[in-house]
Amino acid sequence: MSGGPRRRHPDRVIEANELTKRYGRTTAVQDLTFTVRPGHVTGFLGPNGAGKSTTLRLMLGLNTPTAGAVTIDGRPFRDHRRGLRHVGALLDAGDVHGGRTAGAHLAALARGNRIPRSRVGEVLDATGLADAARRRIRGFSLGMRQRLGIAAALLGDPPVLLFDEPLNGLDPEGVKWIRGLFRGLAAEGRTVFVSSHLMSEMEHTADHLIVIGRGRLLADTAMADLTAGHASLEDAFMALTAASTDYIAGGNR
Amino acid sequence: MTVVTTAPAPTATEPRARFRDLLAAEWLKFWSLRSTPWGLLTGALVVLAANAGQAWDHWRYWRQVGESPARFIADGMPLQDAFTTNAGILMMIAAAAIGTLAITGEYSTGLIRTTFAAVPARRSVLAAKVTVLTAVMTLFGAVVAAASFGVVQTILSGRHAEVTIGYPGALRIVVASALLAPLAALTGAAVGVAVRHSAAAVAASIVILQAIPLLIHDGGHTSAIVAHALPFWAWNRLVAIPFDTPGRYPWTLAGAWTVFAAWAAAAAIIAIAAARWRDV
Repeated sequence: MSGGPRRRHPDRVIEANELTKRYGRTTAVQDLTFTVRPGHVTGFLGPNGAGKSTTLRLMLGLNTPTAGAVTIDGRPFRDHRRGLRHVGALLDAGDVHGGRTAGAHLAALARGNRIPRSRVGEVLDATGLADAARRRIRGFSLGMRQRLGIAAALLGDPPVLLFDEPLNGLDPEGVKWIRGLFRGLAAEGRTVFVSSHLMSEMEHTADHLIVIGRGRLLADTAMADLTAGHASLEDAFMALTAASTDYIAGGNR
Repeated sequence: MTVVTTAPAPTATEPRARFRDLLAAEWLKFWSLRSTPWGLLTGALVVLAANAGQAWDHWRYWRQVGESPARFIADGMPLQDAFTTNAGILMMIAAAAIGTLAITGEYSTGLIRTTFAAVPARRSVLAAKVTVLTAVMTLFGAVVAAASFGVVQTILSGRHAEVTIGYPGALRIVVASALLAPLAALTGAAVGVAVRHSAAAVAASIVILQAIPLLIHDGGHTSAIVAHALPFWAWNRLVAIPFDTPGRYPWTLAGAWTVFAAWAAAAAIIAIAAARWRDV
């Protein structure tokens, strides 16, 4: 894009620097270098197995990089003693204990981060789960679990938000709601980083894109630049990923 | 292009991180699972039943026992009934399972990622978890051991063969048996952090706490050293009735208490420290 986003809040930038992660002999991500800036919804795209989830786990310090580094706020996330006021994240809607109620799950997260209990009710309202607060998560649909994960991410009112495939299992109303939510969060100056494989949805939500394939960076560009000359983001994505590597279905991994 | 107009509250306003908030969070998590109170209640009733059953046996078949109450007491039988070996085994298994599941319930579901993303200070999280577990299981053990003593002596009083808690060794048996619960729970937690999978971790805990002690004898010097370092052996030493004959390698009560303390401390340290750098 001509004149990228102005760095109004450089302290909210996510920076990956030659990030590499290997599991045994499998390389999940290799030499990833990119920057995610505040005030935008940045889409994080890539085929299955491209290393999107691994990258997000590295950002949150859940996995330790084999080489390179990723910082949020200019420091590794793990340097924070409490995380929710710095980064809100939904990695996998299944990362909950089914035996707990939604309210108890959120209350425990809030308590550990010294977030007032009243905030639990607020995020439950914001995600449309107020009526389900006393129900055990075991009985939740995938869409409800996604909403619960988003509620947890919003608890600390953080300046940086990470979402891994947040649209899975959501109904059309939920998809529309989440689109507005992400754009609103970005408009407030927050850094919003969303991985997805739903191209049409990303086309409506993201204004900047980072594309990876087989763990390597393929593109780091404004939405308009990537789609220029293509009928849709999907077409642009196919062209980009097909031309770049050999990870196509049936290819060696 | 989105225009940046407002900014979220600066993170500088973050309140100071306090350990007691993590304790409160772990307390909430511990009790918000329905399995917690049921598991504790079931464990308590099973252990109590094992002890009461033995005493009831003695009460019921008193004629076959063929002893005078004075002889029964002098032989240390009311103390042996106060917390039987079977009850000790059951207590350790129940507590080990509860301790293991407190950890693996978080790992096997994936919740641990949500937890560590919310609180990157992993050792603080696990220290809080271990503290809550230890407190609850110590109280659990105390209630079960004290209730067992009360019920057993009440049953034996039907034959005028009971002792009070002031009787030499009685308090030691109650305390040592009560501490079996936190000791086994901490061992389970340490195994849980290392193994992560619920079924495998519970099985491993029981092997460590119960199966290995059965395979070892204290007839030789080396095996005696190993045996005496195990909590089940230490507990047996602590609850040994007065006339128990010492083996070839006798050991002191202080030594057995030391094994209790060292084992609990080692398990707690493993549970807290082991998760620091592993990917989750």
